[in-house]
Amino acid sequence: MAQVQQAERPAEPERRRAASSSSEGVTASAGGARHWDDQPQRVVAAKVSTVHRVREIWAARELLGFLIRKELKVRYKSSFLGFLWSFLNPAMVLMIYFVVFRFIEHTTVQNFAIYLFCGLLPWNLFNTALLSSAGTLVANAGIVKKVAFPREVLALAQVGVAGCYFLFQTCILVLFLVGFRVMPDWKYLPVLLLAVVVDLVFSAALAVALSALNVYMRDIEHLIQVVLVALFFAEPIVYPFSLVGKRLADHHLVWLFLANPLTSMVLAFQRCIYGNVAGAVKPLNPGALPVIATYSGMFYLELLGVVLLGSLVLLYLAMLIFRRVEGNFAEEL
Amino acid sequence: MPSAIEVHEVSKRFRLYQEKYTSLKERILHAGRVPHHDFWALKDIELEVAEGETIGILGRNGSGKSTLLKCVAGVLKPTKGEIRLRGQLAAMLELGAGFQPELSGRDNIFLNASLLGMSRRDVAKSFDAIVAFAELEEFIDNQVRFYSSGMYVRLGFAVAVNVDPDILLVDEVLAVGDERFQQKCMERIHLFQREGRTIVVVSHAPDVMRQMCNRVAVINSGQIVTVGPPGPAIRTFREALLDAGESIGSTPVLDEAEEQAASSAEAIPSPPPLPTQVSSGRRVRITGSRLETSVTGRSNLHPGEPASVVVDLEVSETLEGVAFGCSVWASNGALIFDYDSGVPERLPAGHSVVTFRFDSVPLLDGAYTVNIRVQDPGGGTVHARLEPAAKIVIENPGTAVGIAALPLHVELTPMTPGGQPA
Repeated sequence: MAQVQQAERPAEPERRRAASSSSEGVTASAGGARHWDDQPQRVVAAKVSTVHRVREIWAARELLGFLIRKELKVRYKSSFLGFLWSFLNPAMVLMIYFVVFRFIEHTTVQNFAIYLFCGLLPWNLFNTALLSSAGTLVANAGIVKKVAFPREVLALAQVGVAGCYFLFQTCILVLFLVGFRVMPDWKYLPVLLLAVVVDLVFSAALAVALSALNVYMRDIEHLIQVVLVALFFAEPIVYPFSLVGKRLADHHLVWLFLANPLTSMVLAFQRCIYGNVAGAVKPLNPGALPVIATYSGMFYLELLGVVLLGSLVLLYLAMLIFRRVEGNFAEEL
Repeated sequence: MPSAIEVHEVSKRFRLYQEKYTSLKERILHAGRVPHHDFWALKDIELEVAEGETIGILGRNGSGKSTLLKCVAGVLKPTKGEIRLRGQLAAMLELGAGFQPELSGRDNIFLNASLLGMSRRDVAKSFDAIVAFAELEEFIDNQVRFYSSGMYVRLGFAVAVNVDPDILLVDEVLAVGDERFQQKCMERIHLFQREGRTIVVVSHAPDVMRQMCNRVAVINSGQIVTVGPPGPAIRTFREALLDAGESIGSTPVLDEAEEQAASSAEAIPSPPPLPTQVSSGRRVRITGSRLETSVTGRSNLHPGEPASVVVDLEVSETLEGVAFGCSVWASNGALIFDYDSGVPERLPAGHSVVTFRFDSVPLLDGAYTVNIRVQDPGGGTVHARLEPAAKIVIENPGTAVGIAALPLHVELTPMTPGGQPA
């Protein structure tokens, strides 16, 4: 029988060399030999604490940036108008509502286009974030199944994309304001900024929860579309606040209207941007009602503060739900 | 030595549903009584991987080896237990997972590396190295959807190895690209080993394990059967698991032969198809085959031991000018040996026995398939063939690695200063 010696096998690992020819840059960053005690220890277990998870998501913020950029690049990649669509789409929606309510409903609201735009801005942010995040885990099944990263980032990226569109639309609004010679009520700028933050947190909370649940109940993706259409009319976006406010006030039910988190954001936007338009706060003719809500700045801040707290609690719950169902994503997709 | 990976009492349960209810309506209708049964893919796995070690996880399909790897990678979460990892981890579960076809190779490198946990600064630094490794300098700004599948996996591998992982998880993905690139991948893996990085390889191919690993864990039905040096572990795997329910005794033989393959293409041996495939002509029928060895007391051969494949033929009318062919295949489909006796012989009507005698089978660890043919000299017409005619399992008590047991002797001769043997 043949006598065969064992082939050389790497036995004693040498200490890692400072740099090898092709991975020079990388190893250099590690600074040569590594000390294992310095290495962070990662734990994969059934239960992970929220703090730990938040830290992981924070560590993945660069990834979040890449995902948002990817989404912006890819979405309109093969279309003729390309990136223009992100401007055209909301502009056309705005036009449709404008035509319907100005010429068919004969609304008496001054500068109706601006009024519409104020309400549509926070709504569009919420709407696009939810619509695209609900299906994002399913759409990205390839990564979810094969790569380990905090998957909440996928849902958050959709919120981020919606935030980018929000910024584009804000640019158009500025053009509108210049065109119509409308000056926002700068006193209420803090209210507006707070509303943007609240909008982002609220959208993120629902986006994270819905994206996770949609993996198990794929209807959510479709159901959410209908729900959002209905929800659109629950805020005074296409109709003046006074229309509903007056009637509800008679029954002491305004709080019901304000309990809708989105209403508080819409009202804040309107108060800041539309506040200086004639008839917005002070009625044009006696007997008429102001178009928008006429609460004090403090009231807006308090209302939004409450919604923000609620949204944060919601976000915490959403992350709990997400983590609870996350363990089996790779299997369910 | 500190351990890089500690797997502690890890169990993973999968719910298997007879009918999966994924819609809301069905969920409500069947709330709480969805027919399912629990399947434990992993049961109380305990495993420690030391720093700088290369460990193989060996198991059959469905044994749970990939589930274990996915748990370590953090893609799946264990139902019970925990896994502690020290250091940066890169998992090659699927090369190029998450590549966006619409984006350029450049954008995909950044996105993918960032998915694997690399910072933008580090990607920028090793960007050129990644592109050079993938050999995609020309196409890096093209959309990935125009890439060939080879380019795709090359880029995937290049990104994964350049993440500079302390722990690398590999799931049967080394068989990518052409032979030259595979070699490059193996070289990179060996470099990683020399650099003292920890590598976990999952495979069902024992040969790969033998070549790469310091230790092998054999896993079956979600439990670790044995952990140890590759040789004994692979032997356990072969004996206990692979050969279970696989025996070559009396081979079933098909009665009516189809049209015999008379094309000249028969001269080129085809890879061994399984299960048994018999094609007999009208005049020659193979009625049985068996493996005869001189070993007693064990089922497997050692390298270099003799073996014979004995085949029974039933011939309906006397044939002139018949030759015999024989081929030996490795389990991965590689042809090791093909032979045509070439000498025309007379095959009388009635029962004949043909013995294919190997004086020595100088092969190393593995299961080898022997196929035989009754044919014209040169293989123009095949009268009958049997695939497989026998399976030879070689178990190497020595330490050599590879396919062939080459008769090597190493001699050391100290020399005197005068150049004479001391």
